[in-house]
Amino acid sequence: MSTQAHAAEHHKESFVSKYIFSHDHKMIAKQFLITGMVMATIGMAMSLLFRLQLAWPGESFSVLNFFLGDKWAPDGVLDPNMYLALGTIHGTIMVFFLLTAGLSGTFANLLIPLQIGARDMASGFMNMLSYWGFFISSVIMVISLFVESGPASAGWTVYPPLSALPQAMPGSGLGMTLWLVSMVFFIASQLIGGLNYIVTVINLRTKGMKMTRLPLTIWAILVTAILGLLSFPVLFSAALLLLFDRSFGTAFYLSDIYIAGEALTQTGGSPILYQHLFWFLGHPEVYIILLPALGLTSEVISTNARKPIFGYRAMVGSILAIGFLSFIVWGHHMFVTGMDPFIGAVFTFTTLLIAIPSAVKAFNYITTLWKGNIRFTPAMMFSIGMVSTFISGGLTGIILADSALDINLHDTYFVVAHFHIVMGLSAVLAMFAGVYHWFPKMYGRMMNMKLGYAHFWLTFISGYGVFFPMHFFGLAGVPRRYYTNSEFPMFDVFIDLNILVTVFAIIGGFAQLLFFFNFFYSMVRGPKASQNPWKSNTLEWTTPVEHIHGNWPGKLPEVHRWAYDYSKPGKEDDFVPQTVPLEEGEKDGEH
Amino acid sequence: MAAEASKPIDSKVLWGGGRSPFSVSYGKLMMWFFLISDALTFGGFLGALGFARHKFEAVWPVTEQIFYHFPFVPHDIHLPLLYVALMTFILIVSSVTMVLAVEAGHRMDKKGVTKWLALTVVGGFIFLGSQAWEWSTFIHGSDHGVYKLNSGFTTELVTKDGDKTTADLGSGIVAEIQADESLLIKNGEFIGSTVTGEDAEAIKSTAEFVHGASLTRNEYGHQLYADFFFFITGFHGTHVLSGVILNLVILINVIKGVYHKRGHYEMVEKSGLYWHFVDLVWVFVFTFFYLV
Ligand code: HEM
Ligand SMILES: [Cu+2]
Repeated sequence: MSTQAHAAEHHKESFVSKYIFSHDHKMIAKQFLITGMVMATIGMAMSLLFRLQLAWPGESFSVLNFFLGDKWAPDGVLDPNMYLALGTIHGTIMVFFLLTAGLSGTFANLLIPLQIGARDMASGFMNMLSYWGFFISSVIMVISLFVESGPASAGWTVYPPLSALPQAMPGSGLGMTLWLVSMVFFIASQLIGGLNYIVTVINLRTKGMKMTRLPLTIWAILVTAILGLLSFPVLFSAALLLLFDRSFGTAFYLSDIYIAGEALTQTGGSPILYQHLFWFLGHPEVYIILLPALGLTSEVISTNARKPIFGYRAMVGSILAIGFLSFIVWGHHMFVTGMDPFIGAVFTFTTLLIAIPSAVKAFNYITTLWKGNIRFTPAMMFSIGMVSTFISGGLTGIILADSALDINLHDTYFVVAHFHIVMGLSAVLAMFAGVYHWFPKMYGRMMNMKLGYAHFWLTFISGYGVFFPMHFFGLAGVPRRYYTNSEFPMFDVFIDLNILVTVFAIIGGFAQLLFFFNFFYSMVRGPKASQNPWKSNTLEWTTPVEHIHGNWPGKLPEVHRWAYDYSKPGKEDDFVPQTVPLEEGEKDGEH
Repeated sequence: MAAEASKPIDSKVLWGGGRSPFSVSYGKLMMWFFLISDALTFGGFLGALGFARHKFEAVWPVTEQIFYHFPFVPHDIHLPLLYVALMTFILIVSSVTMVLAVEAGHRMDKKGVTKWLALTVVGGFIFLGSQAWEWSTFIHGSDHGVYKLNSGFTTELVTKDGDKTTADLGSGIVAEIQADESLLIKNGEFIGSTVTGEDAEAIKSTAEFVHGASLTRNEYGHQLYADFFFFITGFHGTHVLSGVILNLVILINVIKGVYHKRGHYEMVEKSGLYWHFVDLVWVFVFTFFYLV
C-alpha cells in the first residue's frame, strides 16, 4: 500500500478503537495528559487538606469532614493516620503519576513521531498497552484511598519497616498492598513505553534527521527513557523483596523489631538495603521528571526568543552528563543512615558534580534569552518561570549535597522546599508550558492568552509563596512529615508563616481552575489554529492541523538543517523550518 | 480529526526515512533494551545479596556443605557442587543449540530450526527439573538437622586439631548433632570444632532445633541465605520457564510453517536473544551463590 493511499483512505472506526484502545500516538498522548490531569487534581486536593491541619493544627474544618468522613476526620479534625496517608499519596501521585507518566507519556508520545518525522511509534500496540498499564495502576491507586484501613501511609518512599509490617500502622495493611500492586503495573507501563520511545528515536528518524539535528526535546526524552529503563527495574527488585517480607515471612529488610514487647521472628535483614535500592531508582527518577521538563523548555524558549538555542552541543552534552551522573549520587539521600563518612564524602563529591551540567543548562537558557526578540506567550512565561525555579531549587541542592550540612537539614522542611522548587515547580511549570505551546497541535485550536497569563502569575507567585518560607522552617529544624509541631514551643514563631503558606497553597490550588476552564473550553470553542502558529522550525508544524493517521498526507518530510535556525542572518523570515534545503554555501547547525 | 485512525500501521509504510541506523529491526532492538533493563533487575537482587553477605560474612553458610547431593547417590558420598555444575552445563549446551537454531533460520532450513529449537526446549525442561530437585534437597535439609545458637554461648570447644579452648559462639552459628551425641560447629570462626558433654547438653536444651530450609528457617546458617537462595533462583527459574514457553510457542509456529511463509525466522532470533540472556544471568547467579 502506498503512503498516499494509506493516508487518504478513510477509516471508518468505532468509538472504542478511536478514543479508547487507540494505537495512534497522538490520541495516546492526549489520554496520558487527561489521566495525568485527573490524578493531579486528586493529589493537589489532598495537599490542601493536610495543609489545613498544618496551618491550624487540631482545628475543625467541615471540608475535612466532607471529604474524609467521620472516620478520618471526626468532628472535622484530621486523624493523624489520615494525615500521613494524605502526604504519602500526594507524593506518590505527583512524582509518579503526574510528573513521570503524565509528563513523559504526553510529550514523548506527542512529540517523538512528530518531531523526528515518523508515521507513528515503532509499536502502536505496545504504546496502547503502556497507556492501559498506567490507567490500571491509576485506578488501583485511587481504589486504595477507599479501603477500610486507609491508604498507604509510609511516605512516598515507602521505607520499611512501616511498609513491610502489615501490623505497623493502619495504612500498612491493605492500603500498602494496593500501593505495591499499583506500582507493579506502573513499572510495567513505564518499561513498555520506554522501550517504544527509545527504539522509535533510534530507528524511525526520517531522512536527514541526524542525531545532531534532533530537537533538544527529543534528546531529553530519549535520555529520560534510558534512565527509566535502567532505574525502574531496580525499584521493581526493591518492591518484590518488600512484597516477600510482607507476605511470605522473609526478612530482607527486617531486623531487631519489637512489637508491643514481643520480638519479631523475622530478623537478620536490613532496612538500609531498601534505601539503597530505592534511591538507586529514586535519584535517577528525579531526573526522569526534570529532563523532559528541560527539553520542553529548550524548545519553547528558543522558539519564542527567536534565537537559536545557545550551545546546542553543550545542551546535549549536559543532558548526557546529568543522565550518567544521576546513577552515582543516590547516597546523598542516606547521609544519616550511619554511612561511613568517607563514602559520604564521595557522594558529596559526585552530587556536587551534577551542579556543573545543571549550571551549563541554566546559563544557556539565560544566554538564549539575552538580546532575543522575546515573545511573551503564556508558554514562554511558564518556561522562564521554570528556569527561575530550576536555579533557586538547584542552589539549595548544593547546600544539601554537603554531608556535614545535610546532617542538620535532612528530613526537615528545607528538603521539602528544595525538591518542591527544583522538581515540583520546575516540572509543573514546564508541563504547563508544553500544554500551552502544543495545544494547537493537540486539539487544532488556540488557548486563551489572557487566562493563560493570569494562570501563570497566580501559579508562579503562589508556588514560591508556598515553598520559599519552608527554607526557614527547615533551617530552624522543623521536621517534615509531622502531624503537628505545636508541642515544640521553639517552633511557635512559625505559626503565622505556616498560615501564609497554606493561604498561598489554596490560592495556587484554585488558580488551576483557570487552567482547567481554559483547557476544556478552548478544546471545543477556542479559535482555530493555523498550521504553524508559533512560526516554529520543527517538523510537527508541517503536519496538517487536522490529525491524520500517519501524520503526513504525502511522503515523509526530509530534513536539511537543525531545528534552531531562528533569525538567521540573510534570511527573509526569522525562522527557517527544518525541511527547507540549505542554500549554496550555507552552514548547518551551530557556529 | 475526522480521518484520524488507530489501526496499526503496516511496518513497510512505517519506515519512510533514510537508512535504518543500525540495520536492525525495531523488534530486535526492543528485545536488546528489554534485556538491559532486566539485567538491572537481577543486578538489584545480586547487589542486595552482596550487601547481606558482606554484613554477615562470618556466619554465611558454606555452599559446598549444602549442595553435595547427587540423584541416586547415597548421602554419605559428598559430591559438592557437582550436580549444579551439570545443570549449568546443560543450560549452556541449550544456548549452543539455540545458536544452531538461529543459524538454521538464516538458511531458511525449517527442519534444522525445528530440530535445534526442540532440543533447546528439552534442555530448558531438564534445567527446570534439576532446579526443582535442587530446591527439594535444600528444603529437605541434612540428615539430622542442627541446633541454631541465637545468643552467645560460652562453651568448651575441641578444635579441629584436637586442642581444647573456651570460646564465645555468636548468633547465627549452627551446630550439627554427631553420632556420639557431640555437636559439630558448621560455620563461623570455629568451623569444624566440636562441643561435647555437658556443654553440648546445655545447647540442646536451650537452642532452637532446625531441620531443613524455607523462607523462614535455615539449618545451614543465616536466614538471609535461604531467603535470597529461593528468591533469586526462583526469579531466574521464572525467567527460564517463560523462555521455555516462548520457545515452545515459537516451535509450534515453526512446525506450522508460519515463519517460512513470512520469509524470515527473526522471531527465533529474538527469543534466542532472550534465551542467551537467561543463561548468562544463570552464570552470574551460579558464580555469586555457589562459587564465591
Ligand atoms: C544541583 C543539583 C542538586 C543537588 C546538588 C541536589 C542535592 C540533594 C540532596 C543532597 C538531597 C537530600 C536531602 C536530604 O534528604 O537530606 C536532595 C533531595 C532531593 N532532591 Fe535534590 N539536588 C539537586 C537537584 C535536584 C533536582 C534537579 C531534582 C528533581 C528534579 C531534585 C529532587 C530531589 C528530591 C525529590 C529530593 C528529596 C526526596 C525525599 O527525601 O523525599 N534535586 N537533593
Ligand atoms: Cu537525589
